[in-house]
Amino acid sequence: MAKPITYYLREDKMPHIWCEGCGHGIVLGAFIRAVDSLGLDKNNVCVVSGIGCASRAPGYLDFDTLHTTHGRALAFATGIKMMKPHLNVIVLAGDGDLAAIGGNHLIHAARRNIGITTICFNNSIYGMTSGQYSPMTPTGRMATTAPYGHIEEPFDLCDLVFAAGASFVARGTAYHARPLSRLIAKAISTDGFAFVEAVSQCPTYFGRRNRMRNALVMLDWQKEHAVTKQAASRLSPDEMEGKFIIGEIGTRTRPEYTKRYDAIIEAASKETDKSV
Amino acid sequence: MLGEVAEMKNKTKARLMQGNEACAEGAIAAGLRFFAGYPITPSTEIAEKLAELLPKAGGKFIQMEDEIASISAVIGASLTGAKSMTATSGPGFSLKQESIGFAAIAEIPCVIVDVMRVGPSTGVPTAPSQADVMQARWGTHGDHPVVVLCPTSVAETYTLIIEAFNISERWRIPVVFLMDEVIGHMREKVVLPDPHGLKIVERLRPTCKPEDYLPFDADAGDGVVPPMADFGTGFRYHLTGLTHDKTGFPTTKRPEVDALIRRLSGKVDTAKEEVTFVHEVMIEDADVAVFAYGITARAGARAIRDARAMGIRAGLLTAKTLWPFPEEHVERIAGNVRGIIVPEMNMGQLVCEVERAAKGKTKVISLTRVDAEPISPDQILALLKEV
Repeated sequence: MAKPITYYLREDKMPHIWCEGCGHGIVLGAFIRAVDSLGLDKNNVCVVSGIGCASRAPGYLDFDTLHTTHGRALAFATGIKMMKPHLNVIVLAGDGDLAAIGGNHLIHAARRNIGITTICFNNSIYGMTSGQYSPMTPTGRMATTAPYGHIEEPFDLCDLVFAAGASFVARGTAYHARPLSRLIAKAISTDGFAFVEAVSQCPTYFGRRNRMRNALVMLDWQKEHAVTKQAASRLSPDEMEGKFIIGEIGTRTRPEYTKRYDAIIEAASKETDKSV
Repeated sequence: MLGEVAEMKNKTKARLMQGNEACAEGAIAAGLRFFAGYPITPSTEIAEKLAELLPKAGGKFIQMEDEIASISAVIGASLTGAKSMTATSGPGFSLKQESIGFAAIAEIPCVIVDVMRVGPSTGVPTAPSQADVMQARWGTHGDHPVVVLCPTSVAETYTLIIEAFNISERWRIPVVFLMDEVIGHMREKVVLPDPHGLKIVERLRPTCKPEDYLPFDADAGDGVVPPMADFGTGFRYHLTGLTHDKTGFPTTKRPEVDALIRRLSGKVDTAKEEVTFVHEVMIEDADVAVFAYGITARAGARAIRDARAMGIRAGLLTAKTLWPFPEEHVERIAGNVRGIIVPEMNMGQLVCEVERAAKGKTKVISLTRVDAEPISPDQILALLKEV
């Protein structure tokens, strides 16, 4: 790193609220290293979050930071990006925040292709409220609101966001922290909506209920179930069962929303000139 | 007097204008630079007009995916320093409430227009009502400051929306602008003030160095409202909907929570005189008074004229500020009249406030109408004759 990690942190706000073994600190570290690798000016980074464990992350970061209402971070971020397009606007959100209550904003931000980078801290559970199932909880897993096992199928968030129109979509894990950081750096560099799903672990509320007794067991699970695209191409569907792909999931080039709006301003001002 | 267009020095040419159009143009004159909205009857023309006008005025418009996204984007845009607004009607106003609370606790200026239609729920989308006056005050949970303004004409919509922005910026509070379907859709001849002669207020911004900035230290401002830094200007501060201390970071320490909630609510107490707009007609010698707001005040004006012609000394108090409630005005009048008639296009909402303010000094009579039609002058006149 060009600068020490503490350069980007509000150290006086430590200790953080996350439990022992939580993966969110690793994901946050990967984000900070990505910002550092890009040499971004701290004054040009704006981090927005909603409600949940992950959404407390902005409080520890030395940028302009905004901790909003549950699920709405992307909508708040849209207003910021619209009026200050030169800012690097980053949304940090948990899977419940982003995929459940904020799901509509997620697909529409992707559809607009507005230049916001979203990092989903996916620990498959509502941690802040102590362990209810989320749209990312795998079928059959236990949660306080699924005491007999979860009967719903989770989203494939990366496929969802890419199908909705995002320019860049990738998945990483807390275990693969360095590749995750590189993926986040690529996301931030993307001229358009960029999404990174960061698989994280919640030993307190997910692990304990699902026979994964500590964070190490959960990190091992990430290591064993994450497969690169290359490796996946050599595996049969049976061998891929229960596994997930990490790395870049999809990239495409589409006009970025605020740049498109500049064209509107130009067209509108021409009309004004004519009428004068 | 605010809204009295005839008294304005620099007038423009007369125009035929719709209320929603006046709302959009007045907002731009006030300095609006960002609008986010969602289509809903009977407010949609505001969004349509701003989609056309904002990019010409150096601003931006976006139609968001829903009502909640609209108010959220508005708050985000306001954080960058842009004057921001959204417009909606009852169902959308209900959806926006949580974020209005966020604007209140994080002290982010914004204007929320609600063109009232018949409710509850989908109700009658195309017909007028005044049934959101309590929701405008108490819609979001928790104790919170809010100012609610309510115009009585198309011309006044233009001038009063400017006051809405001025109040929002000056006091860092959400301002609810309550129109009704009649005002929103009615077309009237208006003579607008020269935009260059308008009094436009900007929010107080910090003058200190970024490292010395305490975003919620009211003492750094006027003791009531803390200066507000624009995002992206190097102040690198934190905002949250959690109760917070002067630094902007969360606190649950009882004295700090108490101080915050009291300061927030106290802003409106301090602002009260400055943000209270009322208009009195023939009140001085009145034996009986009408208290009205919105389009109903127009019926009230006609009713008292007709009553005077019949020898009844009637007067009218029009509230253009509904919240804070102009209780001092009501109390003073209550001491001099036999009764106060309160016509409302709802089941009787502000009449309770009138009763509270009248302190038993006079009889308060509620006139309600909920059949999706405006209250007629004759309905009010009939009561004026009885009192």
